[in-house]
Amino acid sequence: MSRKTEILVVGGGPAGLSAAIVAAQLGSKVLLVDDNPHLGGQLIKQTHRFFGSSARDAGIRGFMIAEELLKEAAGLKKNLTILLNTSVVGFYGDTEAGLLSPERYEKVTFERVIVCTGAVENSLNFENNDLPGVYGAGAVQTLMNVHGIRPGNKILMVGSGNIGLIVSYQLMQAGVQVVGLVEAMQTIGGYLVHASKIRRMGVPIYTGHTIVSALGKDGVTGAKLCRLDEKFQMVPNTEFEVKCDCICLAVGLSPLIELFQQADCKMVHVGELGGLVPLHDVNMRTTNPHVYVAGDASGIEEATTAILGGRVAGARATESIHGETAEAGKVVSDAVAELRTLRSGSTGERIRWGREKIEKEIAAC
Amino acid sequence: MAAVADVQEKAAAKEEEGMSLRIDDHPVLSFKKGKKVSFTFEGQQMEGYEGEPIAAALHAAGVRLLRHSPHKHRPRGFFCAIGRCSSCMMEVDGEVNVMTCITPLKAGMVVNRQEGHGVIKP
Repeated sequence: MSRKTEILVVGGGPAGLSAAIVAAQLGSKVLLVDDNPHLGGQLIKQTHRFFGSSARDAGIRGFMIAEELLKEAAGLKKNLTILLNTSVVGFYGDTEAGLLSPERYEKVTFERVIVCTGAVENSLNFENNDLPGVYGAGAVQTLMNVHGIRPGNKILMVGSGNIGLIVSYQLMQAGVQVVGLVEAMQTIGGYLVHASKIRRMGVPIYTGHTIVSALGKDGVTGAKLCRLDEKFQMVPNTEFEVKCDCICLAVGLSPLIELFQQADCKMVHVGELGGLVPLHDVNMRTTNPHVYVAGDASGIEEATTAILGGRVAGARATESIHGETAEAGKVVSDAVAELRTLRSGSTGERIRWGREKIEKEIAAC
Repeated sequence: MAAVADVQEKAAAKEEEGMSLRIDDHPVLSFKKGKKVSFTFEGQQMEGYEGEPIAAALHAAGVRLLRHSPHKHRPRGFFCAIGRCSSCMMEVDGEVNVMTCITPLKAGMVVNRQEGHGVIKP
């Protein structure tokens, strides 16, 4: 069996859902493919309230944003087809992709593809980092916020970025004791408002420390920590042990980029955006004119910016097929203005540096 | 904040009683569960909820060791829980390399730890 669509969207998280919704609203025939049994991506496990912008989603919990997007998508059945439990396993030339589900393998031809594959969690090098009980922060959220199961009774958090801080608080909401939070930098990485919340709950935050090893034979029973100097070298004789049955790693994410590499998109390494990302312009178009990108795959950020990037990609991909319209232009200019606001200020500094690098590279192209 | 302290206290009390890791009291979320089903793990009868990932059901029942690695035979559990990292592969109903962190539990499943790459039976 073979399918045909105008725009193929890979991934149904905040970016992909938004791209598909906008493209379908603007009149494109859209096929949205996700390898999970449900749409929403990682939003469905996020119980915290978003900062967002005043115009979008501020104060709303992540899983509720997903519900809103799903409602919007459900109203667009005429133009939007959704395939769940289905992976896009590769491209054939510029306008054909292979789709694999438990039932079948089929091909789809398309005019444009918007790849919103998201990201995968980083691990960290330390002794016994493969012991059962060493879990990624996303895994911990999935287990407790989607399936209602505590990852353990006493947990050690590694990484004090916003994910480490927010998940620590969520763990306490679920009745898990957080025995400490370890951060290699000399200062806390995430927003102070999140850090203060968990400090008030009595969680020790070990800045300038690292995890040396996980302890235990068939599963985690503790961790060995030590101090780091300002050059990130271990300070001798500062090792100490903490007891825990779970270690949560919140040490960043890397964009999932295999499909871009296969589509011959030019890749560029930008540390501020999480590593290798496909080079793309302000319209979210990559160096392969058939391929657009949005969300964490275009640089690690967060759900609100993923939604906005997705809206830009959906509108511009539609225009590249059907021609420019004022309606699509408005979607883009609104989203771009919101993105500028969200990335302004000191908290958006690193993202702005990363974005500038992308802009310089694309100008040189 | 008071709600969280309350939940923490209850959880600590539960831990002393040696009760399960299932959350039944959450300040923000409520959890919809499938029906309770039994399955077999390493020949032992176990219970979980239909539709939740096999690895989640095992975790709730206190099982974290899901397989041994191919070369150094190190114990492994899940890591990413979204079907990306391959750390959770087990033998399910005779099939090897099943990603148990995303495979829904069904009644009567026969689940075993996987040794190395597993053996495909003819």
